[in-house]
This record gives sequence, C-alpha cells and structure tokens, in this order.
Amino acid sequence: MVSLPKIAVIGSGPAGFYVTQQILKRSKEARVDVYDRLPVPFGLVRYGVAPDHQDVKNCINQFTKTAKNQNVRFIGNVQLGRDISLEQMKDAYHSVVLAYGADSDKTFGIPGESLKNVISARTFVGWYNGLPEDQSLVPDLNCEDVVVLGQGNVAIDVSRVLLKSIDVLKTSDITENALEVLSKSRVKRVHLVGRRGPNHGMFTIKEFREMVNLPNVTTIFRPEQLEGLETAIPSLKRQRVRLMQLIADTGRKNLTTVECDKLFKVLFLRSPLEILGTDHVSGVKFSVNKLEGNDIESQHAVPTGENETIDCGMVLRSIGYRSRQVDTSVPFDTKKCVALQQPGLYCAGWLANGPTGVILTTMAESFLVGEKIAKDIDEKIIDTSQSKPGSEFILKYLHEKGVQTTDFSDWEKIDAVERDRGSKIGKPREKVTSVREMLEIVS
Amino acid sequence: MLFRSLASGISTVKLVRAGLLYRNLVVNRYCPARNLFQSPVLHHGEFEWTDPKSEDEVVNITFIDKEGKKIDIRGKVGDNVLFLAQRYGIEMEGACEGSLACTTCHVYVEGEHFDKLPSPQEIEEDLLDMAPFLKENSRLGCQITLSKELEGLCLSLPKITRNFYVDGHKPKPH
Repeated sequence: MVSLPKIAVIGSGPAGFYVTQQILKRSKEARVDVYDRLPVPFGLVRYGVAPDHQDVKNCINQFTKTAKNQNVRFIGNVQLGRDISLEQMKDAYHSVVLAYGADSDKTFGIPGESLKNVISARTFVGWYNGLPEDQSLVPDLNCEDVVVLGQGNVAIDVSRVLLKSIDVLKTSDITENALEVLSKSRVKRVHLVGRRGPNHGMFTIKEFREMVNLPNVTTIFRPEQLEGLETAIPSLKRQRVRLMQLIADTGRKNLTTVECDKLFKVLFLRSPLEILGTDHVSGVKFSVNKLEGNDIESQHAVPTGENETIDCGMVLRSIGYRSRQVDTSVPFDTKKCVALQQPGLYCAGWLANGPTGVILTTMAESFLVGEKIAKDIDEKIIDTSQSKPGSEFILKYLHEKGVQTTDFSDWEKIDAVERDRGSKIGKPREKVTSVREMLEIVS
Repeated sequence: MLFRSLASGISTVKLVRAGLLYRNLVVNRYCPARNLFQSPVLHHGEFEWTDPKSEDEVVNITFIDKEGKKIDIRGKVGDNVLFLAQRYGIEMEGACEGSLACTTCHVYVEGEHFDKLPSPQEIEEDLLDMAPFLKENSRLGCQITLSKELEGLCLSLPKITRNFYVDGHKPKPH
C-alpha cells in the first residue's frame, strides 16, 4: 500500500513557500508541513525586505493562499538543530526540504571589527524590521559620518534608511523603536565603499536610482573615479549599460551641487585594512586599490600601497549573508557555506545557492526543486511505501518537551494585532518584536 | 484575503507610458512630470476573468511555456497579460501583483509585436535589467495590456536553465 507522501519544508521564506506551491501544483497527494524557527512566517519577506518597499511584500498574498491549502500546515517556533534534529525530521517524513536561508554574515577579519558601533548590516536590517533576535541592538547615531562597507542592495537599503526623511519612513512598517532612534540621528553623510570600480558595484539600478532621486540627499562620486566610464559603456552587457549611464550622469550633474542637507558619497577602489578607535569606532583605514585585468568581469583589485582614512562614528558591514549548518547532520559545504542535496533531502533558496539573487531567482529555482520532488514522488525515488507520522510525531515530541508551537491561524491573530496597532499610528502594521509577546498573543 | 485591502490601492494606478520612454541607452536624470490616470483599473485580475462581450473585443494570443508547448488564449481588449495568464493557469507568478516591484512575470515578446507595444516605463526597464535571462525582446507581463493591434501576440516564458544542484550532484534512486 502506498501512503500519502509527507514532506517537511524547513523555513517559511520565499524559497520554502515557492517549493511548497510547486509541490502542491504537481502532486494532489502530497502533504507539506512548513516549519519556521519564529512563531511567524515569511522569513526575509517580513524581516529582510526594506520597510519602504511594501510592494515587494505582495508575494505574501500568494504565500497565504499556499499556507491555507488543506494539504499544507504551517508550524512555527520550531528551530532545527535546537528543538528538533534533522534525523528526527527525516524519520517522521518521507522527504525533507531545507530552506532555512542565511541568517549569519561574512566578516572581513580585520582589526577593530568588534569595536562599538561596528554593526553588520544584516543585524541593522533585522533591528529596524523588528526581527526579535536583533532588538537588543542599540545603534549609536550620534555622529555625522557613517561608513557602509560593501556595495550591494543591502548596503543601499541601510544607507537609504539612514538618509531618508523620517516623515516618509514613519508611514512604513519600520518599528517604532527604530523610528525613535532614527529621529534623533545626526547622520549627515553615508559613505558607500567598495573594493572595486563602478563596473563592479553589486547594487541594481532600481535601488540606485531610488538613492539618486531621494529628496534632500545628493549622491556624489569622486570625479576621477568616473573618468572613462562613459566611453566604456557601449561594450557592456545590457544589464550594466543603463546603470553605468545613470552613474555617469549623476556624477556629472552633482559635480558642483553639494548644497544639500545630506550626502550619499559613493567611493570605489578601497579595501578596509583596519577599523580605528579605542572603544568606539572613530574611522576606517582603507588601502587605495587599482584594478588589474582587461576583462571587466574578471578584473580584480590590488593595493597601490597608498592608504586613506575616513573618519566616522559608525560602520555597517555589508559584504554578504552566510548560511549556517544548524544541525550537524545537515550536509554542508563549509567553504561555500551552502547545504548539499542528498537522496530524500532537498535544499532550496539561499541555503542551496548562496545568498544572492532577486526574488525571481529564488522563485525559479525553488519551482524546480518543487517540480523535482513531485517527480521523485511519482517515480518512487522518494519511497512512500511506508506510512510516516509527519507532524503528528513532531508536534507530540515538541509539546512533551515544552516547546510551544504556532500554526497559521496563530499568525493571523498576530497579524491582526499588528495591523490594528499600525492603523492607530498611520502604518501598515506595527510589528510585534518579541517571541514572548507573539506567544502571549496566541495563547 | 487579509492582505487584499492593503495591496489593492497600489496596482490600480497605472502610469501613462507613451511619451516618456527611454529605451536602452538614454537615462532621464529627473523623474519627468508623469501624468497619472486610472485606466484600466486592475482589480487583481477580476476584469480578466470576464469573457469578451463580442467578437470585436477578442484578442487572440499565444503563450509558449518553458517546455515549448503552445497555449492559445482568447483574451480581450484591456486584459492585463499577467492576470490573463493566471486565469488560464500559465506559469506566470506575478509575486508583486503587478505593482512593478519584481520581475517574476518576465516574458519574451516574439516577432513584430514587440515594436507594437508602448515602450516601457523607466521603472520597468530598471526591473528588466535585474531579470535573469534578459533578452532584447524582454518585457514584464504585468505591463502589457491587450489591444486589437496585439492580435496574434506571442509570448514565451523564459526557460530556467541554471542547474539548481550547486555542486552538480544529482540524487540517484536509492
């Protein structure tokens, strides 16, 4: 007798939900339980996407439809590797999908990284987005200069939040606590520093244009760093052409106009050597780089021997997220920091592919994983000849252990509370920022 | 449904596209004065779920899915391609529900119809620049509204080729 295929998806961000969506589409029998370490779903859509980019969060509507499908069950407040082991999951289900993302970050390994007010951008994002574990952060914004190390979209997001008018931010779902701190900010200049040239910035044009168009903020470059940029444009791939033109135009336009409240200063060809300060950060010492190699894509930065120091009172390190091996039995490539597939064990999203790419990338790849799982069920690669207990076993085990789990209706209660609190202060929601309070609301 | 009320206000506003468009190389430094108007109103695809009232309204289009299969659809004037695709079960996600915040409805417009489309807004171009598998005939489905001129429109969905097995490992039956 063939039993219903039971699948556990670990992680309820875009990867987890898109895998689930595809499994449901391809298999009428499959039962999918989506787990999250937090009592609430949606991962980085809730805690990573910038508060002033609410439209990006519309995918939550589709995820909600998926979560409410009768063959799907959301189980929150369960952390793999702490509350339950991967082995237990594998015993309880026919197949397990790891989609728990990347909740750690890369470091430079340079002196001074542990000084006060040197903060990972990921933590800063978690702080203003209400991620419970980051609520203890107390960023000190009593300074005029902030250095952001890294030039990806997260670096742009944190720069924008630091420079954007508080009156605009207060209509987003940024936390009241963060608003309070930001309202007292003295930050006037954000330096966005990258080790290579304009052609190598990892930010995308939409995010960069948003900075260029930000009211009361001027984006400036060092003119010598943009020399020759326009002449090289015709040889670039389409994806880079418009961005490089925008950079060149912005550089030209803002050569003389700096009479503005705040500055967004983009600096290329600098690698941090040391973060300066005794207790609290006071500056960053950089090596001045030059590019080697003819092919733009493979050009690399080498130090010229010259150094430069930028004074600042805060450093945000934004050089990438990193996945963790949360349980010793997760097959993990410790060099690339990605999880590996095994028979019966699938991986999706940033945990599988590394922490890059827009939501389309995650969606497309997660659909492929979901498709593959449905196919493997059909072809009996996933062995469903034996019945498996699924969540029945896991929940019994967790409840005996005293772990309070949540389901999707619990999230709907928390969601209603958040919306209600938000509506009173002109925000789409005011997030509940502690796990304890979330659990109090549902019990 | 909890989320609908929040989202519905966003995608009802469509920007006039004609006249302020800058294909490929030209970048406008300042946001030009955009004329805003509300037409056609998008109710998250409700409009697309109504059949054409007469033959005069019909616009026949074809999707080519990622396996190369052709799917003919009888649309009508004013239909939004994203919501029409969703009505007929075409794999077009539309994660941001047509609010110009993602690239999940990326399509290729085949043949001469590409030039018949109103040029994209700057923000659509910006988003396309982020889309994997970008081609010269790339557009976002949510930005295509059917008109009689688009009769016979053929749209291909991008084939996702990136191997999702990062290490090249393929699980074998056990």
